[in-house]
Amino acid sequence: MSGAAIPPSRRRWPVSLLIGAGLVTAILAAALLSLVWTPYDPALIVIEDRLLPPSAAHWFGTDQMGRDVFSMVLGGALNSILVALVAVGIGMLGGVPLGLLAAAQGGWVDEILTRAGDVIFAFPALLLAILITAVAGPGIFNAIVAIGIFNIPVFARLARAGAMSFWPRDFVRAARVAGKGRLRISLEHILPNIAGVLIVQGTIQFALGVLAEAGLSYVGLGAQPPDPSWGRMLAESQTYFALAPWLAVFPGIAIMAAVLGFNFLGDGLRDIVDPRTRRGRA
Amino acid sequence: MNVLEVSKLSLAIGDKPILRSVSFAVAPGEIVGLVGESGSGKSMTLHAIMRLLPPPAQTSGSIVFEAADLVASPEREMRHLRGRRIGMVFQEPMTALNPVHTIGRQVAESFRLHLGLSPAAAMAEAGERLRRVGLPPDRVPLDRYPHQLSGGQRQRVVTAIAAALEPRLILADEPTTALDATARGGVIALLAGLAREGGAGLVFVTHDLAAVAGIADRILFMNAGEIVEQGPAPAIFRHLAHPYARNLLAASILPRIEPDAAPASTEPVVRADGVSVTYARGVKAVDGISLQLGEGESLAIVGESGSGKSTLARAILGLEPLSGGAVRVGGVDLRTARGAALRDARRTVQAVFQDPYGSLNPRHRVGRIIAEPLHLLDRPLPAAERRARVAAVLEDVGLPADTAARFPHEFSGGQRQRIAIARALISGPRAIVLDEAVSALDVTTRAQIIALLRDLSARRGLAYIFITHDLDAARAVANRVIVMRQGRVVEQGAIGEILNAPAHPYTRELINASPDLETVLRAREAGITP
Repeated sequence: MSGAAIPPSRRRWPVSLLIGAGLVTAILAAALLSLVWTPYDPALIVIEDRLLPPSAAHWFGTDQMGRDVFSMVLGGALNSILVALVAVGIGMLGGVPLGLLAAAQGGWVDEILTRAGDVIFAFPALLLAILITAVAGPGIFNAIVAIGIFNIPVFARLARAGAMSFWPRDFVRAARVAGKGRLRISLEHILPNIAGVLIVQGTIQFALGVLAEAGLSYVGLGAQPPDPSWGRMLAESQTYFALAPWLAVFPGIAIMAAVLGFNFLGDGLRDIVDPRTRRGRA
Repeated sequence: MNVLEVSKLSLAIGDKPILRSVSFAVAPGEIVGLVGESGSGKSMTLHAIMRLLPPPAQTSGSIVFEAADLVASPEREMRHLRGRRIGMVFQEPMTALNPVHTIGRQVAESFRLHLGLSPAAAMAEAGERLRRVGLPPDRVPLDRYPHQLSGGQRQRVVTAIAAALEPRLILADEPTTALDATARGGVIALLAGLAREGGAGLVFVTHDLAAVAGIADRILFMNAGEIVEQGPAPAIFRHLAHPYARNLLAASILPRIEPDAAPASTEPVVRADGVSVTYARGVKAVDGISLQLGEGESLAIVGESGSGKSTLARAILGLEPLSGGAVRVGGVDLRTARGAALRDARRTVQAVFQDPYGSLNPRHRVGRIIAEPLHLLDRPLPAAERRARVAAVLEDVGLPADTAARFPHEFSGGQRQRIAIARALISGPRAIVLDEAVSALDVTTRAQIIALLRDLSARRGLAYIFITHDLDAARAVANRVIVMRQGRVVEQGAIGEILNAPAHPYTRELINASPDLETVLRAREAGITP
């Protein structure tokens, strides 16, 4: 929807976009691949094969219970992406309408929504997530909800700020003269114009979501065994680090690649979407 | 010896030629007016002299400034020249100044950077320079920030910075275009004074012939990257040979509306009674204004920026909450009307806004933009009927039917303003509020849009509320005028009477601040200089 209006000029794709898109595609491919095939069952315990270094049979080695690390990293990709994706979805679906509403209505509606967002912001994100999972019990579903709730004010604030900058614009005034209500103007005129920044923020929140999932799993509040998780793999690798460093290295690289990939993707998209970096108007 | 000699300057960006063999010279103390429409290459000429061109630009020919060829100078040399030997004044003073630094600091910076003065000495020097451009520190303190000044004051600060190190050459790029009438005259006189008294050469780029006609020694007409005609001013204006230059001159002198063109007033289409709009902290932007707009009538509302005229326009359109009074459209009060009655009132009065770049949603196709007011019909139209109506109004404003399928960015400013007018026409209104609708256009486009407005009014019996700071444009469109200042009516009546024989000193001030081209030329020929 937003892409159609950008002039079809000759444009060089930003390097960060290409790197980001490459990393993200690789991780998505790994996640999808793990659905149909992994070299071994990631939950298969073979005690006699424990703590094997990387080899042709076990590319990333095996852990203290003889599980294949490569298979676990592949399977963990799915969990990470699922958690981050749903959390970003909750944030967008909850936050964007609230932000648009606050900008359109102004007055006490805006005041209450903004203050409510500030209250959520006042809690450190991870602490809030730990609180929720501690109360509601550990597990992937609760981790998703916890991360998602924190995303709501992020998107609400961004949508509100973007919308506020468009309300005094003349084309919005023209729509009001054409008798359109605030809801319709928000949907037809404002949302498409702020969609770009929301998508960029989405990729950034996605990266933070991957990190948050890893963090929650690390402290045992995320994905529960036997579901593989990068964060839990890191946590469990600690005691064996001197003995089997590959246990920490491979999930660590996976987390880094995911966060870096989504951040680069966001930077690249912003370069394209931001009108200040766009050339000429006509 | 000339301070600047440009010879056979050609410039291409990519494979697109921008300038073709441009040659001219500027003597010390001489004022050269470089005029042309937007896109004619006049700003690019200045950028080429300053070497502020985008990287793929290819330059040939020579630009000799005080015996140094700027085309070949290394970048280090250019940095030394810019600001120190060559000063530049930009169109938009708000963006030319740093919003987070005080004006004193910004003027003082040149002295610290180039002359190595101590902070205190530089600040004292800055105060002196600001005094010379008409901003004495006892009235406009040095610790003011740009946003605390008016547009005219900001342009004076930019000029003070450009002139700080007594450059030999000053390049002014549309320095008066973003200013309103009252500030414009002051900035023109200030720039002329810098050249006359300081002995600097001045190149004054503008599309507004009246701005340079009063001060320039020579005028260069530029079209499509070429200087098509040049000669000494003001004599050149009386015998222009090149068709482009003649067109530009013709477009700068707008035909005035015939006084008898005003139709007899009937039941008013729009009626405002004691309308007030109050902003936060009790600022009264509009303070008890009453007006009536008759069928087919054209009412101009003039005043400087900040006089409340645009707020009044929004109040009439029902876009601004009123703190007092009422606006009635066809007898219906906009505040209390609901449903069909409100839609009917909104259909009756439509609007065209100032900035043709800002008033069209960049993400929608033109057909969708124009059809938007059809939302006001009681029943939605079938798609074929919508398309037919869009095609009809496009024809009315002189645009081809295939315009509907394209996006706004594919059009020039003038074409965009036609699109905005088409959108205002589609609901079949009886009146259109035009909020500075020709102010952002260059002279030839302005003349075309004004001709279109007059034509539409004659054919459709449309009434206009024409909000402007451009008295020339007001004379060309309106029968009646209201002069506004600080939210109140200063004077009102038939436009000929008010603008020819103003009773109020403020109206006189407005008229004197922006003389039309003919008045400027007559004064010049009579030996009066500003």
